[in-house]
Amino acid sequence: MTEPGLIHVLVISTALFFIGIYGFLTRRNMISMLMSVELILNSVNLNFIAFNKYLYADRLDGVFFIVFNIAIAAAEAAVAIAIIINLYRKHRSIDIEQADSLKY
Amino acid sequence: MSISTLIFYILAAVIVGGGLMAVTERKIFRSAVYLLFSLVGIAGLYFYLNYEFLAAVQIVVYVGGIVVLIIFSIFLTAESGQDMKGPGLIRLIFSSLACVIAFSLVYWLLSHHGFTGRNNPAVEASTRNIGRQMLSTSDFGYILPFEVVSILLLAAMIGCIVIALKLRTKT
Amino acid sequence: MTAFNTILLIPVLPLAAFLLIALVGRRYFPRYSGIFGSLVLLVTFAIALQEAYSYFFETEKIAGSYQSFVCCRLNWLEFSPGFSIDMGLLIDANSMLMCVIVTFISLLVHIYSLGYMKGDPRVATYYSFLGLFTFSMLGLVLSCNIFQMYIFWELVGVSSFLLIGYYYTKDSAVAAAKKAFIVTRFADLGFLLGILILSYYTKTFDFQTLIGRAGDSSFMGSLAAQSFMGVSVLTWGLVLVFAGGAGKSAMFPLHIWLPDAMEGPTPVSALIHAATMVVAGVYLVLRLFPVFVFGSPAALHLVAGVGVFTALFAACIACTQTDIKRVLAYSTISQIGFMMFSLGVSGYGSEAGLGYTASMFHLFTHAIFKALLFLGAGAVIHYIHSNEMGDMGGLRKHMPITHMSFLLACLAISGIPPFAGFFSKEEILLAAWHYSPLVYGLALLTSGITAFYMFRLYYSIFWNKSRDNQSAHGQAEHHGEAPVSMLIPLVLLALLSAVAGFIPFGHLISSDGKVLESEFHVGFSVAPVLIAIGGIVFATILYKKENLKPQTITASLKGLYTSAYRKFYIDEIYLFITRKIIFQLVGRPAAWFDKTVVDGSVNGLASLTAAVSERIKGLQSGKLQDYALYFLSAVAGCILLFYYLWI
Repeated sequence: MTEPGLIHVLVISTALFFIGIYGFLTRRNMISMLMSVELILNSVNLNFIAFNKYLYADRLDGVFFIVFNIAIAAAEAAVAIAIIINLYRKHRSIDIEQADSLKY
Repeated sequence: MSISTLIFYILAAVIVGGGLMAVTERKIFRSAVYLLFSLVGIAGLYFYLNYEFLAAVQIVVYVGGIVVLIIFSIFLTAESGQDMKGPGLIRLIFSSLACVIAFSLVYWLLSHHGFTGRNNPAVEASTRNIGRQMLSTSDFGYILPFEVVSILLLAAMIGCIVIALKLRTKT
Repeated sequence: MTAFNTILLIPVLPLAAFLLIALVGRRYFPRYSGIFGSLVLLVTFAIALQEAYSYFFETEKIAGSYQSFVCCRLNWLEFSPGFSIDMGLLIDANSMLMCVIVTFISLLVHIYSLGYMKGDPRVATYYSFLGLFTFSMLGLVLSCNIFQMYIFWELVGVSSFLLIGYYYTKDSAVAAAKKAFIVTRFADLGFLLGILILSYYTKTFDFQTLIGRAGDSSFMGSLAAQSFMGVSVLTWGLVLVFAGGAGKSAMFPLHIWLPDAMEGPTPVSALIHAATMVVAGVYLVLRLFPVFVFGSPAALHLVAGVGVFTALFAACIACTQTDIKRVLAYSTISQIGFMMFSLGVSGYGSEAGLGYTASMFHLFTHAIFKALLFLGAGAVIHYIHSNEMGDMGGLRKHMPITHMSFLLACLAISGIPPFAGFFSKEEILLAAWHYSPLVYGLALLTSGITAFYMFRLYYSIFWNKSRDNQSAHGQAEHHGEAPVSMLIPLVLLALLSAVAGFIPFGHLISSDGKVLESEFHVGFSVAPVLIAIGGIVFATILYKKENLKPQTITASLKGLYTSAYRKFYIDEIYLFITRKIIFQLVGRPAAWFDKTVVDGSVNGLASLTAAVSERIKGLQSGKLQDYALYFLSAVAGCILLFYYLWI
């Protein structure tokens, strides 16, 4: 086990990202898809923090990006849950496979 | 191997493991709890990297806000008890293939790319520094995005209310 | 010449009347639109008269001839410096005279229609159309260049179309309107081509410039050198322009639309299809006359030939028709033929230009007596409610004023001195005599036939049968005379056709603008007057009393009579050409090509698209995760591609 550095954090971030993608692709419940999206967002945050820490320690821009990202993630989660609940009211289900009225 | 290295690897294991369990667990409530673990792990990583403010925000917003919101909505949609339906086999295979291949691609890129940074003296990421620069109107100040994000949050709030509002139907 | 700027009002006032009646009047004052239109026309006529007076008698002549100038000129389309289409009002003797004629006849027709169209529910529409027509016709005669004339030419055609089809619930009227429009449109194609050829080679649209260049012999010589199929381009252009004129003026073989155009209301026939619009072709040739004379005598010979043939041909048909309006229509065609060949036989300059003056003179007198004939026929039709000669007869006691004015008009058109037609026809015959004995002979024969068929018409309407035994008809009891509004125009026109011949026309109009003293040879007029009296006597014998002589003559000339009655089968020939040849040989293959090749390729493309989209629409499953997977695969593919390409 080597000393943790930039690459290590980036690898964690990448892994988290693709875990989120995998969840997004395979989950049929919309709420768990939303959770996968949260994972993806967090992996992005990890990226920002890693670059800020190891490459540009003299600046704080990465931090700001994360702060705004979190704010936006909170808004996104709220809107997404509102949509999901609305959908649930209409279809009595939050299965993504059944919400396909947008097809051809 | 120092303690800090060990802590890093433990945090990494919590993050990745929590994430993995969150996306594979059959019961949705447990899945949410694994997500919680993963997010707390990320907060720990922020601590580890000396960004205490971020760690605090992460815990307050994510753990205290979003995950709680998710758990609420799980209860609202009344599916907390049963197992969720799994994906079709074909989708499972394709998704995991896509993810694995893409991950290896990015990993390969990362390991072959030499990152070069600047060796200027580090700025302390204290709450004081962050607050000053965030609300500064001078160069590199973030007051404008700050205001924009506040408007975004307001809009999202109104949007949520409008979307989730139970429309009075004629019946 | 700023003094003449009020002339702009002459075409603009009827346009204003048209717009006002069409936009406002039809809804808010439909019953008064007739009076309104008549008043506007009265003002217009007054202005035209005043302007013409000041032009002819108060404006100074230059070198003994009337001036010709353009006022209100507006540069409209400039193609290259010096080569542009202008809008303007050309003022010369011809246009001033035409203005007076058009506004006068139009005014009378407006007044006449007050009585004739009374009770018609669409009377406001009718008056708006009349306004539109008057505007277009005045624009046509005042046009300062050939392209502007073409625009108004088409406008006149449109208003004619609208008025022929005025009774649009009648199938025959709709068919007649379409026929008139299509035939004249077809001729206008020739006109347009002629305009393009002329303007391309002479580098101008303007009448004055064109005429100026026509007098320039070196310029004409360079044009004559260019030829197409052995005929000079100028001749081609002029012949094509004449084709347009022939279409509008119903010259053989494009005359077929005019008799059918009688489906319109009778006052309209008087205005458009007798007095004004149909002479537009004559006016066009008149305008370009110097170009014809100097540029292409061959085209002028063609004009003469077509004119004299049409005159004789139409006169023969007129003898056999039984619909009184059709008789008048063929008579109109015949008289326009007179005007045309009069132009065709004319030369340029003082004495040789007699035909030119005579043509315009005949146009003038013909407008008066033919309008009178039509309006009289309208009064008769108004009373009888039929166009057929068979339903008439013995009307002279019922409609004395109509009878007298009709008789006057018949005498005038037959060329009996001292009525108007005598003088103008006399000049035409004199011009024809100088040109060739053959044309003179044909013209003389035609004028005899004219006298015959006019009096056949006259006797059939007013004499022949006795009407007293038809008192059961009911109308015969009371006085059959038309209302006052219809009688005023009749009386006015009758007076004019009695005296119009004494106008010294050579002083007003001549080919070079100088005064032309027309000599009057008593000896020369003996033959035409005699032959006219002969025609009248012949008609008197046959038609004054109801008898069997016409039938016996008809029976003995059976073949000839039938073919003349059938208008020499011209309509049938046209139908044969269009139906059998154009539709079958051109239309069918074109339709086949259109349906299979053009439509087929488009439909093929459409069905190909449909088939492909049917195959690939499964990709649009509506499932979010499918889309995400596609997206991810595409991104991964892009990354691999870039990586492969760059490294």
